Amino acid sequence: MATVAASPTYTASATPQRSRLMSWLTTTDHKVIGTLYLHTSLFFFVLGGLEALLIRWQLMRPNSVVLTADQYNQLFTMHGTTMVFLAIMPLSAAFFNYLIPLQIGARDVAFPRLNAFSYWIFLLGGVFITLPIFFWVAPDGGWFGYAPLSGRTYSPGPNMDFWVLGLQILGISSLAASFNFATTIINMRAPGMNLMRMPMFTWMSFVTQFLIILSFPVITIALVFLQFDRFFGTTFYQISAGADPLLWQHLFWIFGHPEVYILILPAFGLVSEVLPTNSRKPLFGYPVMAYSGILIGFLGFGVWAHHMFAVGMGPIADTVFGLTTMLIAIPTGVKIFNWIFTMWGGSIRFTAAMKFAIALIAMFVIGGISGITHASPPSDLQQTDTYYIVAHFHYVLFGGAILGIFAGIYHYFPKMYGRTMNETLGTWHFWLNFIAMNLTFFPMHFAGMLGMPRRIYTYDAGQGWELFNMMSTMGAFLLAPATLIFIYNFFRSKKHGEPCGPNPWDAPTLEWSIPSPPPEYNFAKIPMVTSRYPLWDLTHPERTAEIPHTQTGWTEATQQTGEHDMAPMHIETETRTAKELGIPMPSSTIKPFFVALGIVLMFSGLLFLPKGMKVPAFALMFGGTAMWVGYLYAWLTTPLEDHH
Amino acid sequence: MSQDNAHAEHYHPTWKEYKWVALILFLITVVEVWVYYIPELVASKAFVPGLLIMSAVKFAIVVMYYMHLKYDHKLFRSLFVGPLLVAILTLLGLLFLFSKIAIRLSGGG
Amino acid sequence: MSASADAAHGHHYTTTGLDNRKIAIWAFIGSECMLFASLISTYLIYKGKSLVGPFPHTPWTDPSSGKVFPAILNIPVTSASTFVLLMSSLAMVLALSAVENRGKPLPPGAGAWDKALTSSKLWLWMTCLLGAGFLAFQAYEFTSFVHEGLTIRRNLFGSSFFTLTGFHGAHVTAGVIWLGSLLAIDYKRGLQPSDALAVDLAALYWHFVDVVWIAIFTLLYLIPG
Repeated sequence: MATVAASPTYTASATPQRSRLMSWLTTTDHKVIGTLYLHTSLFFFVLGGLEALLIRWQLMRPNSVVLTADQYNQLFTMHGTTMVFLAIMPLSAAFFNYLIPLQIGARDVAFPRLNAFSYWIFLLGGVFITLPIFFWVAPDGGWFGYAPLSGRTYSPGPNMDFWVLGLQILGISSLAASFNFATTIINMRAPGMNLMRMPMFTWMSFVTQFLIILSFPVITIALVFLQFDRFFGTTFYQISAGADPLLWQHLFWIFGHPEVYILILPAFGLVSEVLPTNSRKPLFGYPVMAYSGILIGFLGFGVWAHHMFAVGMGPIADTVFGLTTMLIAIPTGVKIFNWIFTMWGGSIRFTAAMKFAIALIAMFVIGGISGITHASPPSDLQQTDTYYIVAHFHYVLFGGAILGIFAGIYHYFPKMYGRTMNETLGTWHFWLNFIAMNLTFFPMHFAGMLGMPRRIYTYDAGQGWELFNMMSTMGAFLLAPATLIFIYNFFRSKKHGEPCGPNPWDAPTLEWSIPSPPPEYNFAKIPMVTSRYPLWDLTHPERTAEIPHTQTGWTEATQQTGEHDMAPMHIETETRTAKELGIPMPSSTIKPFFVALGIVLMFSGLLFLPKGMKVPAFALMFGGTAMWVGYLYAWLTTPLEDHH
Repeated sequence: MSQDNAHAEHYHPTWKEYKWVALILFLITVVEVWVYYIPELVASKAFVPGLLIMSAVKFAIVVMYYMHLKYDHKLFRSLFVGPLLVAILTLLGLLFLFSKIAIRLSGGG
Repeated sequence: MSASADAAHGHHYTTTGLDNRKIAIWAFIGSECMLFASLISTYLIYKGKSLVGPFPHTPWTDPSSGKVFPAILNIPVTSASTFVLLMSSLAMVLALSAVENRGKPLPPGAGAWDKALTSSKLWLWMTCLLGAGFLAFQAYEFTSFVHEGLTIRRNLFGSSFFTLTGFHGAHVTAGVIWLGSLLAIDYKRGLQPSDALAVDLAALYWHFVDVVWIAIFTLLYLIPG
């Protein structure tokens, strides 16, 4: 096939006179934005990992003096904050960006410029919250930032200012992206791509967007209160003024628990793509998989207080939140079994992606079961704030989200770069990573059960914790080479990987029907979909024979635009540019970048207020506001597309 | 374009309906403020539920008629009602968790 | 606004036949429900928990100075501002209706009122002015509260009250700016039925801000605690 060529002809359409940096700064292409997200969040993943290594180095032996208590606080706070907000969420966002339009047969997201804005404000917000660690003035109140401890009284320095403002900035990014992707999935699907035909990754992303839409406003408000307390002297978290110390905890966890599902559901979606493709069988129980995702998302809003059993909320609250938490195990268990049944009787191909996907099932089960042990309040009282909890959520987030994302990267790398990643190195990465993560996190269960508390910077010998801490540290230092292998493989494969065609894995969904990497317009003709596995309909009809095939939605589609732009399901071989084909593409623009920059400058101004430096404070706040308002106005008054 | 079709399909209310909606909103507001100044009513058990119902009715008719959810695509209804329900349930949950009942049952006092 | 520019490009296919922007604004409004629910919850949780006055519904005597602070909420003024905001919603729907029906011939025997109903400029002006009027009431309320000794730092009531109503006021301000820019477009080239969607987006936002006030008016002002 002509499209196997490593450098397809359509790349020539990128305007040559612009430098690479400029083309990134001005891009509105969801695929470029997706790869920007991918690289940025991998960088933050490595940074968060290095923070973890320092933490583990300090905890390797009792009474260690590698770090001071203050440095340790900053490191564990930034490790959590980085991994949650700067690594896993944006890694998922990388896949939202790259895959959602391709999987639903769209040429771009609903709002391409808003999409660029989401990325830039994420990057700038990430830099804003990360820079202070290099000067040891980083946030030091934990990723959960419990007020009143994070208030001005107990955290007088600038450390938590960076955290409060940084999270506000990152929240803007997530919210803007969530409106964009929710709209994209609702409204940009190809004809015939009804909800029950959407690829499972798109389904889980869809649920995730609503979790973001509903949970991020709550953390925004909790942070506004904290921000006002710290900068303007309000009393929201001032116990001396009668404030309730639980207010922050409730608001935070109303956000924080859905956030857990925001982190895990996209990874679930990714393995739900990898498993059927590599088992060469349709996904087992597709509708139930979709419904259980919705149910997990919905129940996720009714369990928040299980993070707070230890504060003494009373028997009714404890019972209700304990029960709802246990209920979530049902849809999650359904997913686990459906993945296993997907593999059952399949002809399994053990690609690197498949290994990671299978490992996710196993590791997530461990994390899920330890989770159920603290769904029960009396049992939770033994476990809360110990290393047992640390073990639990690392099995869920590393063993779940990160393994799923690695599966996704190995699986979708060929689509992004037209070359496969090296499978031998991938296997090395997998086994080293798998052994290292279990060596790191499994002993934490025991340390926790023996009473080792979380967030302590050192401990005395003779409590039975030495061996387990030594094992954890060894594991952590083994994770480093595993990750190095991956990083090497990733960058090497971009240039020297095996060139591949549009569909190296013989996968069934729309994104594999177009060249790798896809042309700027994705689909020269919008595909008209008849079933859940359109490509297998063409190549392996026996696999999809039992699935209903209809042409619903086609008539409405042709009524709207006429047939000229659409075609029945086919393998795309078009190599001409969008211009030659007359497909209107969003023009590139720098405005979203400057809107993002203006907002970040505006927030930065606040940093100077507590020091009494009013001139830089107001200069930055007014300058930043003028900048973002001005560029937003220019953005809104410029049409999305060039009229050529 | 697409929205033209959507608009043609859906009935849009006009001044005829709008003036009644405005009048009802006005009258309910008058009643709300009026009962606030009658001490016997304020003391009655029906006062708070009555006010909540009146404001819920105002809320509903603005959403149905002025935001034309009653006439619009059902997708918009779910996009609004779903989050609204989550918001109301969260609010009620929080009020319960901070209420005297929950605290008394915890044995704290 | 990019509204007209995008509308001119009539060839984008959408799954539901609806415009992307309208779906996004409803998703945004859904998100705002949670934003205001968090603010209102906090206000209600902290109701009656302030250690020092002034209080919203009851007088308070400062034990150190013996000074009496009367109940601070001014129901007549707020009732008036509530009325103003409700009427702005009426003006808003009439503005949208005028834009949608632009160019349609008036029925024979149409009076001055029917003619007035076709003027989008008139109703956009009315909406903006009523919105600005609401903001003026709020500015008056805030300054008089500060003079009476209630600041955002004073007590839990002050913090949660000013933050909640301030957030609402900020939303009204954003709405006035949004409507003002629509008005500017109307003066520049006249809003056409093809712009109805752009006006509808602003209208949906505006009415949502209005319903939030309906809830706030009852929960904060009328229910004593």
